[in-house]
Amino acid sequence: MIKFDNVNKRYPSGHEALSGVSFHLEPGEMAFLTGHSGAGKSSLLKLIACIERASRGNVIIDGQNLTRLKSRHIPALRRKIGVVFQSHNLLYDRTVFDNVALPLIIAGYHQSEVGRRVRAALDKVGLLGKERLMPITLSGGEQQRVGIARAVVNRPPLLLADEPTGNLDPELSREIMGLFEQFNQVGVSVLIATHDHDLISRLDYRLLTLKQGKLEQGGRTSEMQILRAKT
Amino acid sequence: MRRNNTNHSSLDAQDGVITQKSRSRVNAYLTHHLWVLVSSLGVLWRTPLATLMTASVIGIALALPTGLHVLLQSVQQLSTGWEGTAQMSLFLKSDVPEKRIQSLADKLRGWEGVSEVRYISREQALAEFREQSGFGSALDSLDENPLPAVLLLFPTAEAAEPIQMGLLLGKVQKLDSVDLAQLDMEWVRRLSGIIEVGKRGVLLLGGLLALAILLVVGNTIRLTILSRSQEIIVTKLIGATNAFIRRPFLYTGFWYGLMGAVLAWLLVAILLSLLGDPVNRLSFLYNSEFSLGGLDLETVAMLLGSGIALGLLGSWLAVGRHLQAIEPS
Repeated sequence: MIKFDNVNKRYPSGHEALSGVSFHLEPGEMAFLTGHSGAGKSSLLKLIACIERASRGNVIIDGQNLTRLKSRHIPALRRKIGVVFQSHNLLYDRTVFDNVALPLIIAGYHQSEVGRRVRAALDKVGLLGKERLMPITLSGGEQQRVGIARAVVNRPPLLLADEPTGNLDPELSREIMGLFEQFNQVGVSVLIATHDHDLISRLDYRLLTLKQGKLEQGGRTSEMQILRAKT
Repeated sequence: MRRNNTNHSSLDAQDGVITQKSRSRVNAYLTHHLWVLVSSLGVLWRTPLATLMTASVIGIALALPTGLHVLLQSVQQLSTGWEGTAQMSLFLKSDVPEKRIQSLADKLRGWEGVSEVRYISREQALAEFREQSGFGSALDSLDENPLPAVLLLFPTAEAAEPIQMGLLLGKVQKLDSVDLAQLDMEWVRRLSGIIEVGKRGVLLLGGLLALAILLVVGNTIRLTILSRSQEIIVTKLIGATNAFIRRPFLYTGFWYGLMGAVLAWLLVAILLSLLGDPVNRLSFLYNSEFSLGGLDLETVAMLLGSGIALGLLGSWLAVGRHLQAIEPS
């Protein structure tokens, strides 16, 4: 689903965010991406959503090489990727329903289909009764769940999340992670960037660790405590 | 669900399913357009004062050339009325006998571009003059009739143009019996010349004001884009095409243009009705049939059309310039 082949990313400022990154996330796989801030997590996610382009190497998403992707094909790529942001990125002048419906309207779904799918997505994140509310009236955790509903409403094969639990307390964070696991169980590939070690060490998924732009030898989240204890 | 059932029923039904699906896509597309059209109006409606101000600027800018256009049209109508009655007076030499005048009249009737020739004999001319001028007694004191015989020459409708009339005048002047030929059209030509200048002026003024409208709409849309940059970034991130993002701004420009044009229509109509009575009174004092024309259908259509076109173009330019700059980072 995601294939990085010796990818370098150097910004115009000269800062090298990623160097020689190679990995392969299989379809239906779920993995976590960790590393200190500035280690290149965000850059890696941006390359996947084609917000930035690789300076060298190949990024292949769902069989599509992004290095040669024309900019007019970027929207079609992004529709295949559901993105959850730390800052939610909701539109605060629209209702919860309209926020979640946006990807479907962009993709040109019929009205009746939109209503059905939005309600299904909101039901999945436990916000079915709040579709008429404005996002600003919701709690942080609820807003994040609206963001997740929006990311999955189009049933994308790939789900990216950038610090999805960044501002949430541990209990809410566990709930959110549970949601991601549920989507993964129905076949969605999931890649989550996070620095919340306590949270993910209770889970057992593949771990990608970035250190100063380089990918360290892989492992599993469940081994994190042991690894950390060793160092 | 229903679609799934048809899918299962048989392979033959697949074609139907596909067309049904694509038709519903088209429907969804049109519905979306309609929705954007209405919602962009809704957005403008929520800030009525700002919207009204922008629309007023456009309205005034459109009203000015439109009003002048209507005025010119009225003047032109008046002058075409006169062009139709253009005539040429041939004052004949006093020693031409009656018979030759008659044959000359017959000859002229056969000329191209001449629709009618009327003969006014010296006696008739005298009687007419006596009746109209009030100098009857003065004329009585004269020994002989001072007035020449006149042939009045009326051109056909096609020949009633300045150039053709000029040619005809030249030909007539060469005739032996003719003392003096006069074209009563000089001033009509001058008037039509003035109208031409006026038309060109309105066109130039309209061009300048159109440019002003483009700038006003463009700047307004630019500010809207900047204030909604967060929304643009989010929609780009979830896969919106540029066309999708452009659409609400284009429709906003459309509404500005339409509102401006309707305002201009109102303004011009009000101005015309305010001017109508005094103009009629003035033209009555001058014994003229001149009256201000109203806004005809063609002018209104042109007004609305150019308003909408300018609104769309202005927003198109702004969107083209500023949307590219807003990319997620």
